[in-house]
Amino acid sequence: MTTQAETSQTDAQTKLSAYAHPERLVTTQWLAQNLGADNLVVLESNEDVLLYDTGHIPGALKLDWHLDLNDQLSRDYVDGEQFAQVMGERGIGRDTIVVIYGDKSNWWATYALWVMTLFGHEDVRILDGGRAKWIAEGRETTTDVPTVEAVDYPVVERDDSTIRAFQADVLKHLGQPMVDVRSPGEFSGELLSIPDYPQEGAMRGGHIPGAKSVPWGKAANEDGTFKSREELEALYQDEQGLAPSDDVVAYCRIGERSSHTWFVLTHLLGFEQVRNYDGSWTEWGNSVGVPVER
Amino acid sequence: MAGQFAASTRTDDLPEAMAELAGEFHELAQKERLQLLLELANDLPDLPDSYAGRLGEMEKVDECQSPVFLAVEVDSDESRTVHIFLSAPPEAPTTRGFAGILHESLDGLGAQEILAVPDEAPYRFGLSEAVSPLRMRGMVGMLGRIKRQVRAHTTIDERQ
Repeated sequence: MTTQAETSQTDAQTKLSAYAHPERLVTTQWLAQNLGADNLVVLESNEDVLLYDTGHIPGALKLDWHLDLNDQLSRDYVDGEQFAQVMGERGIGRDTIVVIYGDKSNWWATYALWVMTLFGHEDVRILDGGRAKWIAEGRETTTDVPTVEAVDYPVVERDDSTIRAFQADVLKHLGQPMVDVRSPGEFSGELLSIPDYPQEGAMRGGHIPGAKSVPWGKAANEDGTFKSREELEALYQDEQGLAPSDDVVAYCRIGERSSHTWFVLTHLLGFEQVRNYDGSWTEWGNSVGVPVER
Repeated sequence: MAGQFAASTRTDDLPEAMAELAGEFHELAQKERLQLLLELANDLPDLPDSYAGRLGEMEKVDECQSPVFLAVEVDSDESRTVHIFLSAPPEAPTTRGFAGILHESLDGLGAQEILAVPDEAPYRFGLSEAVSPLRMRGMVGMLGRIKRQVRAHTTIDERQ
């Protein structure tokens, strides 16, 4: 007899296998079965820095987007040495399979994955549905923080040329496909930040000329999982006319929401050339002399 | 405003309970500060029956990244004792922790004592580094709104 859980698990696997790079996602069932496996490290990355401490997937370690991945002095990501330390102290080697999950439809988890990709970490995956789905399914959580034996992670130079766009790149890119993943009010210039978030950080409201508005959250279901391949194709390809061969730049306010869209376009839809402009609106909307559209 | 994020350990201009709590935070290492913040989140009292289920009648703190609601009552005694009611969801422990700090520090003080709290007091707990400046604004917003409500309550009364 097939139980309901097993049926939905098969459905989840079928859904994943339709994506361009299904190996970039794992289901909650897969993770539950593989917890504790050698060569697997699970990281939780949330918007709320205390959420991990209230209870997390057994064996998971915390990765703080602000403290661990951003340089604390200049506005940039950590360098190769700092990254090696962040990875090594979590027991992650260059060949380790890393599964990341988090709150808010994996918003910050995909950001962490994108930063790990800047350093060329090969096998890094997202738990489809993230923290919310794991908890909704009544799976085990714990407040025990595992003790980890540090390992050596090589010092790798960050590659900022492939999946990251700087302002100069975006200026050269004007007229080519661009996705603005912020809320409609931010796109129109009415708001300078996400509704309900502090209004901060930009002198001008609006969007980069020519950018299409596709709020990042449209790629996620209510339960935090990614929408199906078919639904995502309808959203980005049919409605917006983007094609997998396009050279695309995605941006938001500081580059975190657009990491989610970068993940969707690159790994779920198989777009070949997507860059995340992490300077995003907090840079563009403050820059002198750059074009703005409303 | 460059100095705003500089770690300040000054506590002599804070009310006693707030100064004590700030001192406790400073004695701890960064990671332990987050643990204390979590304890304060857990200790935030539930809303009394008079407010439970009536969030619409409370003030929404827009500076916070999660839904936070605030109400302030001021007694008519001599020191105008202030009662603070804060609600923040359990899935937003950081925000709840901020609410917990303010409740623990300010509830039961006199109106003048609360109005005298420096607006940048939230930066005195040594949390800016662990929690990021963006998130700290949530607590600044809560404090500002508490003070504004205390001011509104006491000014209206004076006119009567």
